[in-house]
Amino acid sequence: MFAKRDTVAALATLGLLLAACGAAPTAAPTAVPPKPTDPPKPTAAPVAATVAPTAATKPTDVPKPTDVPKPAATDYKIGLILVGPPNDGGWNQAHVEGSKYVMAKIPGVTFEIVDKVNPADRPNVKGTQVADDLIARGAKMIIFNSDDFKDDALETAKKYPKIPVIHASGDYSWKDGMAYKNQPNLANLMGQMEYGKMMAGCAAALNTETGKIAFLGPLVNDETRRLASAAYLGAKYCWETYRGKKAADLQFKVTWIGFWFNIPGVTLDPTKVMNEFINGGYDVTISGLDTPEAAQETKKAAAAGKKVKFVHYDLKTGCDIAPDSCLGSPYFNWGPEYVKAIKAAQDGKFDNYPFVWAEPDWKDINNVDSSMVGFTMGKGLGATSADMDKFVKGLADKSINLWKGPIKYQDGSDFVKAGETATPKQIWYMAQLLQGMDGQSK
Amino acid sequence: MATPASAKTPSPGAAYRVGAIVVGLIFIAGLVLLTGHSPIDVLVAMVKAAFGTEDQFARVLATLVPLTLCACGLIFTFNAGLYNLGVEGQMIIGGIAATLALRLLQDSAPGPVAMAVAILAGIAGGVVWALLAGALNVFGRISEIFAGLGLNFVAQGLAVYLIFGPWKRPGVASMSGTAPFPETLWLPTIGKTEASPVALIAGLVVLVFTVIVMRNTYFGLRLRAVGLNPRSSTVQGIPATRYLLSAFALSGAMAGLAGGLQVLAIFHRLIPNISSNLGFLSLLIVMLGNFNALFVLPLAFFFSALNVGSLTLPIQFQLESALAGVIQGVLVLAALIGRGLSQQARARARAAAVRKG
Repeated sequence: MFAKRDTVAALATLGLLLAACGAAPTAAPTAVPPKPTDPPKPTAAPVAATVAPTAATKPTDVPKPTDVPKPAATDYKIGLILVGPPNDGGWNQAHVEGSKYVMAKIPGVTFEIVDKVNPADRPNVKGTQVADDLIARGAKMIIFNSDDFKDDALETAKKYPKIPVIHASGDYSWKDGMAYKNQPNLANLMGQMEYGKMMAGCAAALNTETGKIAFLGPLVNDETRRLASAAYLGAKYCWETYRGKKAADLQFKVTWIGFWFNIPGVTLDPTKVMNEFINGGYDVTISGLDTPEAAQETKKAAAAGKKVKFVHYDLKTGCDIAPDSCLGSPYFNWGPEYVKAIKAAQDGKFDNYPFVWAEPDWKDINNVDSSMVGFTMGKGLGATSADMDKFVKGLADKSINLWKGPIKYQDGSDFVKAGETATPKQIWYMAQLLQGMDGQSK
Repeated sequence: MATPASAKTPSPGAAYRVGAIVVGLIFIAGLVLLTGHSPIDVLVAMVKAAFGTEDQFARVLATLVPLTLCACGLIFTFNAGLYNLGVEGQMIIGGIAATLALRLLQDSAPGPVAMAVAILAGIAGGVVWALLAGALNVFGRISEIFAGLGLNFVAQGLAVYLIFGPWKRPGVASMSGTAPFPETLWLPTIGKTEASPVALIAGLVVLVFTVIVMRNTYFGLRLRAVGLNPRSSTVQGIPATRYLLSAFALSGAMAGLAGGLQVLAIFHRLIPNISSNLGFLSLLIVMLGNFNALFVLPLAFFFSALNVGSLTLPIQFQLESALAGVIQGVLVLAALIGRGLSQQARARARAAAVRKG
């Protein structure tokens, strides 16, 4: 009966292969804005060096592992640990862009990037292990790029007290926060994307014809709750102010898929969720995912003649995937804050680095050198872009303050009382979605 | 049913076995060349990444434990003629049961007690899940392959449900897992590495137990008899049902232990992929080792090193580390093809001998 045994072997092999390949987000390749073409030459030309995880490299260009790293005077290697693929057209790609900005600004800095560090894509691998290996290969600083790495970042920081660890998002280094951990070499960086999401919500409200806006949400946590809620506040404001309609006539639905991107069999399939949105009459979708399913499915539906639009997320060039249907893309510009933190680390002044939750540079939210949060206006805005400009200007000069009460939670209890404005702590730790939103709060 | 003992006869087809592996290696080298890298560089880097630092070597040991445990369990089921593909699910249930025990005891019992109970709970969970497959097989006449695979899905679904549902972190619903347990509930490790002496000892004890039972006991002998032919062994007075269920239970206990240790020693929380696909990998180990317990340790060590070393593929070569899965699969396929060819060669030799004689 060897046939049976071999069938079993084949099945098991197949299982492993499927597990290895199957979890890769399906969306990545089609959605890639221009890839960097320079092969990495970290030692030869430090200033122009770019580490391009996707580009094939020749063996000669690969830095040889050495047991004893010999740092040149200017050599400063940083390990960047990504939760998803580097070319996801979203969150992870924005971090890769940030690393390129750093290399252009600080001579001698190189990055070693490990992508897809999550238990579905890389079973039997933990964030801390990747950090161990990067540090063993000479990394002098580690950046974790996902909220889901909060425990890994803390563990790594504890294990290597002399290695500065940046956790992009997260609140462990926030002294006033509710989860403060006294770990001097751990710092959190985040941008006030709430403003970007308000703009996203506004763009959606200005353009929906059915009055039904969908928010394609990742997983539920503090960050995503406040971002979805900010999008709603922006939508409600623009719906009432610029379109002169009643808030009660605006539907705002949030569906969480369960992770930052699709993991077949574990999360909801964002492609299917998008189709449900579109078939359910939600004609504008605001993406909260790392990956571009909202853009892709909207593009398909638009090509089939449906009047649908989307707002992208995370990446400046996010609209490029489907320019005509794109209302805009609130994005992170990690470069400048990374430069500040890395310079502090190089100068030995990283310990107790202040918690960063940076506002956009209101003088010019799209300034690459100063604004951590920006908004790309999409072609799909058409004539509504004038109202968008008004809205952004209002946020900038603070004549529009959407955090002013009264704002109620979904269950009718007070989030912010009348006459008060939400504090940063209230905003960060928002306990529920807001009244008027349709979706799970926890 | 194939006799595991068949490997012990001198093999006229040994050249086929070696040849197939060599062809497999050439194929892998070709694949690596296609990616624009030197196979030698990649090999050296992978070996370094498995053994270069104490952290990495400890990781090889830490992965070795679940592989060894699951493989030992599978030795029993394979020798009983059973294809326990449910080993993944048994491992997952072990992890779930251990997590449950820790959650119940973390505030009331001292750390070591809670951890001991959690390990026992993991074992019990694995046994229950394996006996479920066993009962479906023995009493329900459902192939253990499909029963096992089906139960794998159920176990996986249960883990995902618990992580998103009743056991989610406060205010969070993410597939990244439950909140980590406090460090008092982590099994101690060697230095700051991930290798846990308790887990290593558990793996070693189970391995020695398996070798002795299979080689030197009446139980092992009868189990093999049942595996060869359940009906005739029943006629000869061996209670086949009891032996089959015992094999399931032993296999489940070891897989459940592995799952529990994944929670206590490695992840310190429940994650959806708590088994890290190591159960499937151990199936390959046992088949490659021709169902012989003596080969478990070296093969598990090899695959553990391959698994851990493959992390350097994305770091150093910007290569997809799924390539390690391909390498693994190619090696196993090559070994199986080699075995098939060598058996045909042996059969031809025997036929020729008969004709001559």
